[in-house]
Order: sequence, then C-alpha cells, then structure tokens
Amino acid sequence: MPIQAECTVAELVRLNEFAYSMTLETGEAMAAQVSCGQFVHLKCGGERLLRRPISVCQWGENTLRVVFEVRGAGTAWLSRRKPGDRVDVLGPLGRGFDLSGRRLLVVGGGIGVPPMLGCAQEAARLGKEVHAVLGFRDEGRRMLTGDFIDCCRSLNVISDDGSTGRKGFVTELVEEFLQAQACGTCDPVLCTGCSGRPAPPEVLACGPKAMLRAVAQVCQTYGVGCQVSLEERMGCGVGACLVCACDMADGRRKHVCKDGPVFRAEEVSWDA
Amino acid sequence: MLDQRVDLAGVELKNPIVVPSGTFGFGREYGQFFDLSELGAICVKGLTPQPREGNPAPRIAETPMGILNSVGLQNPGVDTFIAQELPELRKHDVKVIANISGNTPEEYGGMCEKLSAAGVDMIEVNISCPNVKAGGLAYGTRPELAAEVTEVAKRHAAVPVMVKLSPNVTDIAEIARAAAGAGADALSLINTIRGMRIDVKTRRPILKMNTGGLSGPAVLPVAVRMVWEVRAAVDLPILGMGGVSTGTDAAELMLAGATAVAVGTASFADVYAPVRIRDELLALAEAQGLSRISELTGAVRPWE
Repeated sequence: MPIQAECTVAELVRLNEFAYSMTLETGEAMAAQVSCGQFVHLKCGGERLLRRPISVCQWGENTLRVVFEVRGAGTAWLSRRKPGDRVDVLGPLGRGFDLSGRRLLVVGGGIGVPPMLGCAQEAARLGKEVHAVLGFRDEGRRMLTGDFIDCCRSLNVISDDGSTGRKGFVTELVEEFLQAQACGTCDPVLCTGCSGRPAPPEVLACGPKAMLRAVAQVCQTYGVGCQVSLEERMGCGVGACLVCACDMADGRRKHVCKDGPVFRAEEVSWDA
Repeated sequence: MLDQRVDLAGVELKNPIVVPSGTFGFGREYGQFFDLSELGAICVKGLTPQPREGNPAPRIAETPMGILNSVGLQNPGVDTFIAQELPELRKHDVKVIANISGNTPEEYGGMCEKLSAAGVDMIEVNISCPNVKAGGLAYGTRPELAAEVTEVAKRHAAVPVMVKLSPNVTDIAEIARAAAGAGADALSLINTIRGMRIDVKTRRPILKMNTGGLSGPAVLPVAVRMVWEVRAAVDLPILGMGGVSTGTDAAELMLAGATAVAVGTASFADVYAPVRIRDELLALAEAQGLSRISELTGAVRPWE
C-alpha cells in the first residue's frame, strides 16, 4: 500500500547542468515496498497544486533516491531543497518492471536512464546477467554511468552528437546487442533452444516515446520480449482521476499511474 | 456534542463531506488510504450506458491554483459498475451517489431504472460535462433541455435525483429553476469551468481536446457565488463544490447555501484531503458553538 508522508531530504547532489539527485529519508515502510520502475509523486511547494511523478532511481532500507531534470517551476523548486528540508512524498506508485528473465538488457535514454539503474542493480542482486545501453543528448547530460558499470556485465553509451560514446541513437546499440546474440542460422530469430547458445534477453526500456517506439520495433524484429516505461501528464497518481491515459493496441485506454508506468511493448499503440 | 449529520433530499449523510464524481473513481484507490466510511457520501465516476474510453491524452494541465481536465467520461459502463463496483462500495458505511451522463433523455431514464433497482442511495444527473461532444453540456446550458432530462430521470428513478449544474452559463439560477420545476430533489454545483492553456513554445494547446474543465482553488469564489445565487432562486438542498481545500472553504460554501460539500481536486495534492477538511469544518463549527453543522447552511448575512 502506498504511503503519503513528509520525508526529510538526506542529500541533494547536482549530477550535471540539468539533473539533480535527491535522496529522501522515507522510512522503512515506504522504502521496503519499492520495486524497480515504480515512481513517487512529489509535492513541489504550496503554489503548485499537482504533484510531480518521478521514477525511483535507487532505494535502500530507509531511503530512496530520485533523479530529476529541472523542466519547470515544480522541479526547480525541488532542486532548491537542502538536506534537512521536508518534501511531501506519495508512493511507491505504479507497476514496475518484471525481472523474471534470466538475461536482461536495460535501455535508458536521457532522463529515462535513472530508473534503469535501480532495475540493473536489483536484477544483479537477483543473480541475473544484466547488460546496459544508455543514450544521452551530449556529454553534458551524461550521468550515472559509473553506477551501471558496477552492476552490469557490459555497458555501452551513445550520444546524439558523439560527444560521449559513439554518435547515434540508442536503438542502434540495442540492435547490435541483439544481433550479437543471434546464431546466424535461424535468422532473424535468436538462438533460443540451441544448446550452448545464449538465451534471448528481455529488453527493459525507459526514455522518450520515439526512442521506446524504435526499441520496441527492434525487439519485435528479433523476437525479443520488451517492456517499456511510459510517461504522461498525471493527476492523482493513484488511478482515481483517469487523466494519464495511454492508448493500447486493442483500442482501449489504460492509465500510466496505475496500470503502468511499465507496459509490455506489444500492448501499446505506438501510432497514437 | 456537534451533530454532524445533514439531510440531502431525504438521504441522511453522517457528515457533510462528499467526494465528487470524477475525482475519486469508485473509491478503490483512495480506500487504500482511509476508510471510506469516514465520508458522508461518494459520487462515483460518471457512468454512461456503454463503456467509454474517453479522450486522448494529454487530459490534464496545471493552472494557477487549479487544473484543467478533459477526461471525457471514461468509464466501464453502468452495467459493469452495478456488477463489479457497487458491491465493493456497499462494504462501507457510506452513501453512494451514482453520477450519470447520457446522449438522450431515454439514456438517462434507462440508467435511472437500473441504478434504482441496484440500490444506489441517490442519482446525480450530469447535464454539465464540458468534455463530451453530444448531450452533456448542451443539456446544462438550455433550461428547456435541463427540464426535459430532469423530468425523464425523475420518472424512471426510485431514489432521489440530484441535478448537477454547469457554471458555463450566463444565469445559473435560470437552469436551477428549470430543474426544480421539473421535479429535481437536489442540485449539485459547480461542475468545471471551461478553460484552455497553450504551450507557447509549440503553440499547441496543452490538452489534446484543446479545451477542458477548470477545477481547484481558483474556482472557489465562483462556486460560492453560484451556490448563493441558486439558494436564493430555488428551495432545494444543494451539494456545493468547487475548489474546496480547507474546512473554512467548506464552511463558506455552506454559508452560501450548501447542505453538503464535495472535496475533489484537493485529493490530488493530499490523499487525506476529504477527511482533513471534514475535521477542520467540524472544529470550526464547534469553535463557533454550533450544535448542528447544518446551522451553517444558508446562514450568510449578505449586505443589503
């Protein structure tokens, strides 16, 4: 059950020109419930009515850490908090990633990178083989890559302008990774069922919708399972107000806050 | 000891705090945070004869002390509500008010029959949704249509009928009189006020439907004024709502003429808002030495 509580800011660190990392003392009751890919709904001062949904990046016994970019007045307010200040937190909320796969490729783009760190770490704790590919706009927005190295079997970084890692889009790295898994004899299918060959990975992705659409397409081509974490303008955060609708492939509209934010890629209508 | 009970058209609420349609689902979500029996009544998400998927996203935009929404009556349909949601709600000691929207008077009538048979405590006839193309708002802005829908609903309902009024009119008292004349047992107001926001970088409206309905603290003074005008125009109990976020706000609406008060958008900022506001309202009434909370209703002392 989610909890609404005033939590003390334990640490606020600027990761780069745009992104901040905030560690909150949530207490065990909230922290113990977190699973990767969930979010917390943060009140950003009295003048702004709506909370801001922010993915959980990491969590401990009594704490959780969120990483956010300053996008508007709400996140600017958050970025000005100091250790010891209190922030009203509602969470954990939503349905996160399914980590049941044995081999996982985590894919993060931009501000979609932080939640994938929690995923990679949790999967590694569970003894999974985890690989990561991360995309940034440029060197100035790169973050958290050292933390990924610590828990992932491999890490590849790419950027829009080539200022960090290779120049290109993260989808290319996903495709190269999946290609390397294929045995070459059962094209374009992976080597599933071939003894001695690697089991197909499950792809877990968070980032801009265009990136998620492209990743979902590559995964479909290679017959690989794919989960995506979606974003939408949100109201209550708990599934009551129904504003954060996302279009599903079957014509129905689900809600990011309650049914997601993580969905199976094939569930989602990518044309919407 | 303060008597918290209020009488809304023969339906006794244990306290005057209600949650309005569209802000509270069918109670399951906020029921994780507090016992739904703490509330006077729950107005459920607006129901239609068939399931509706609602409007495309974005459906919400933040505004100065408010929000715009354009959900568009997404709901599972009246039959699924009766089969799956009403039995859950019935596990709590709280009055259930079914909010309905139709495209024709006949649709309203059909839903009134089903919901009366299913045993809801009251029916709230929505003639004021700003976010649907057919029916909806048109019924709420033209007195003769408001009267027609009210009359049909009354004929098919076996429980009290409350008509939810739109603020998007020149003279809300005129619509109130039309609904009262057609037999409405109570009125609820205000629904949201039509509004619009534009992203100046993309030059696109933030809402995919371009416009939506404004709620939140920004609309409180409009709600207080309209409740006051309606109270003066008709002799019907009023469920007042619009931007209530404190007990003092609730007391204002009651003084203006509301028998009970609904707390909606405030829940998005504070999941405990309805319970907190109830406690604040009761404390205010006790501090003023009242013996019954209902003494507040209509007790404003307007200037001559």
